[in-house]
Amino acid sequence: MSTLLKATDVVKHFRAGRGRAVQAVNGVSLEVRSGETLGVVGESGCGKSTLGRCLVRLTDLTSGKVEFQGRDITTLSRRALRPLRPAMQLVFQDPYASLNPRRTAGDAVAEPLRIHRYGDAAAIRKRVGELFDLVGLTRAHLDRYPHEFSGGQRQRIGIARAIALNPALVVADEPVSALDVSVQAQVLNLFSDLQEELGLTYVFIAHDLGVVRHVSDRIAVMYLGEVVEVAEAEELYAAPAHPYTDALLSAVPEIDDGTGASRRERVVLTGDVPSPIDRPAGCSFHPRCPVAQARCRTERPALRPVAGRQVACHFPNVPGTAAGA
Amino acid sequence: MTAAVETVAPRAARPSAGPWRQALRRLARNRSAMIAAAGLVLIVLACALAPVYAGSIAHTDPFTSNASGTAVVNGARVPVLAQSTEGLGLGVTPIGPTWNPGSFFLGADNQGRDVMARLLYGGRNSLMIGLSSAALCCVLATLLGVLAGYFGGWIDAVLSRFFDVIWAFPVYLLAICLSVVLLTSGLHVGPIHIDAGSLALPVVIIALIYVPYVARPLRGQVIALRNKEFLHAAVGLGASDLRIMRREVLPNVLPTVVVFLPLMTALNMLTESALSFLSVGVQSPDASWGTIINDGLALLYTRPAITIAAGLCVGLTAVALNVLGDGVRDALDPNARLRGGA
Repeated sequence: MSTLLKATDVVKHFRAGRGRAVQAVNGVSLEVRSGETLGVVGESGCGKSTLGRCLVRLTDLTSGKVEFQGRDITTLSRRALRPLRPAMQLVFQDPYASLNPRRTAGDAVAEPLRIHRYGDAAAIRKRVGELFDLVGLTRAHLDRYPHEFSGGQRQRIGIARAIALNPALVVADEPVSALDVSVQAQVLNLFSDLQEELGLTYVFIAHDLGVVRHVSDRIAVMYLGEVVEVAEAEELYAAPAHPYTDALLSAVPEIDDGTGASRRERVVLTGDVPSPIDRPAGCSFHPRCPVAQARCRTERPALRPVAGRQVACHFPNVPGTAAGA
Repeated sequence: MTAAVETVAPRAARPSAGPWRQALRRLARNRSAMIAAAGLVLIVLACALAPVYAGSIAHTDPFTSNASGTAVVNGARVPVLAQSTEGLGLGVTPIGPTWNPGSFFLGADNQGRDVMARLLYGGRNSLMIGLSSAALCCVLATLLGVLAGYFGGWIDAVLSRFFDVIWAFPVYLLAICLSVVLLTSGLHVGPIHIDAGSLALPVVIIALIYVPYVARPLRGQVIALRNKEFLHAAVGLGASDLRIMRREVLPNVLPTVVVFLPLMTALNMLTESALSFLSVGVQSPDASWGTIINDGLALLYTRPAITIAAGLCVGLTAVALNVLGDGVRDALDPNARLRGGA
C-alpha cells in the first residue's frame, strides 16, 4: 500500500497570552496509507481535531511537515492549496454548525462543484442528484434548509459535500459523536459503503473506542498532543502496549455476559489530564502512569517500533521488551 | 379557532419555504406592523401625487412667492397675506386653514404659498432623503462591517478607528459642520461630483454619519460567524475569501441589514428634518418637512397649523417606520417563532 499522507513531527501551538502557548499538537508523526482507515482516538482536548485540521491544512502548522500524495503541502498558501482541495476533504463533528443555515442542502452540496468548475448548471444539478442518491437522501431533500433535517440526515449532507469531487482522502472529525446512538450505526455503515465504492482513504477521529474499532484498519492513540501508540486495530484491542492505551481500553463499558469474568482488568487513572499549557517534563503521561519510573520524569520517549507496532513508552507492556530498548 | 386547524394540514404538505419567505409570512401575520405599513403606503402615495394635487386640485405653484395673491374664503375674495394686526402691526399674517382642498386647505405660509401643496412636496424630499440615505448607509456599513469582521487584523483596526472617529462626534454637530462646508462648495471627491444645491448632498452626509451605527453590530456578527464550522468547511472546499464573504457571510448578516433599513430610514428622516429646520439641509425654495416647520415657527402664535401639520407628518411617519422595523425584526428573529405561536 502506498503512502497517501505523511505527517512528520507536526506541531501546532496556540498563543495563550503572556508568552505561553497551548501545545495542542506536539510532534506528531504518522502515515496514512491509500485505501485504509486510520482511526485517531484520545480524550477530549488531546489535540485530535487540531491534528485533523493540520493534516488537510485547514490551519497553519507551527512546525513540522505534511506531505500529501508525495507533495509537501506544509507551507502552501490557501490559494496554492486550492487545486489540491478536491483530493482532501473534511467531514465535521457538528453537522448543524458545518452547514450554512441560509443555504439549501442542494446548494451546499453544489458549492464544491461550483468552486472547482465541475461543469454548467445542468451538469452540477445532475451530479448533486447522484450524490444525494449515494448518501441515501432523496431528491425531495434538495431544496430544504438544514434546520429541516435530522442530525443523521445533516451529516449525510456533509458527507455528500465532502465526496462531491471524488477525494482521495477524507478526514472525518468525530463525524458521529453528535448523533444519536441509533443513527451512528447508519452513518458509520455509509462511511464503509462509500469507502468500498469510491476507494476512499479515511482519517477517522473519534473519542468513542467502540466506533473507532468498528471502522479502523489501524489506530493511533493520542494523549496530550502526542501519539503514544499506533497499531493494527485488532492487535491494539487485544494487547495494548502503552499504559495509557491500556487504561483507555479498560474504560470501555463491557456487557456482562453472566460468567462474571471481565475480560479486562480495570485500570483506573488518578488525577486529571495535565493542561496542554504546562506539559509535564519527560513523558507527558508519567504523572498518571501506573508503571512510571524515574526515567519517565526526565526523558521523553520517542515513538519507536515495538513488536510490530509503534509505541512511545520506555516500558511498554509487551512480553520480552520490558526494560526499554 | 378553526383557522388554527386549517393551517396545520397544508403546512405539512407545503414545499419547504426559505427563511425569507417564512419571515414574510410571519410579518404578514403581525397586525401592528401591517397597519404601520398601510399607513406608510398612504403617506408615500399622497406625497408621490403632490404634482397632481398642486396642478389639478389646488391650482397653485408651491415654489414661487405669492405675496400679492388672493383667495376665496366663504364666498369673499381676500388677500393671501394680510397686514398683521397684532403687536406693532409689523409683518404679515397669511390666511389660515380653509379646510377646502381646492384652495389653501392648510392655509398659506408667509410667502403666500399653499402649505398643503408644500407639505406633499416636502414629504417627497423628506422620504426620499430618508430612504436613500438609509440605503446608502446600509450598503456602506455592510461593506465595511463585513470586511472588518471577516479579515480582522489591521484592516479591522483601521476601519474600527474610522468608525470611532465618526462616533466620537455628536451626530448633529458633525452633520451641521459637514453641511455648512459642503453646502457652499459642493462635494468633489475623485469621480464623485455633487453640486452645492443638490439634494444628494444631505443624503451623502446623513448616510456617512450613521455608518458606524450599522457597521459596528454587523462587524460583531461577522466575527461571531468567523468561528462557525461552515466557514471552515468553505475554506476546506477551497473557496476564496471573496466567495466566502459573498455566499456564506452575507446571507447571514443580510437579515440584520434588512431590520436596520426601516429603522435607519426613520432616524435619517428625522435627522434630515432637523438639519433642514436649522437651514443646513434642504435649501429654499425646495421644501422638506423640516423647512416647513421652520417656516411655521415665525407664525407659531397666529398660524400654528403649519408647524403642527408638518410635525405630525414627521412624527407619524417615524412612528410607522419604527413599528414596521420592529415587526421586521420579530419576523426575521428565529426566536420570534417561540413567542409568535400560530
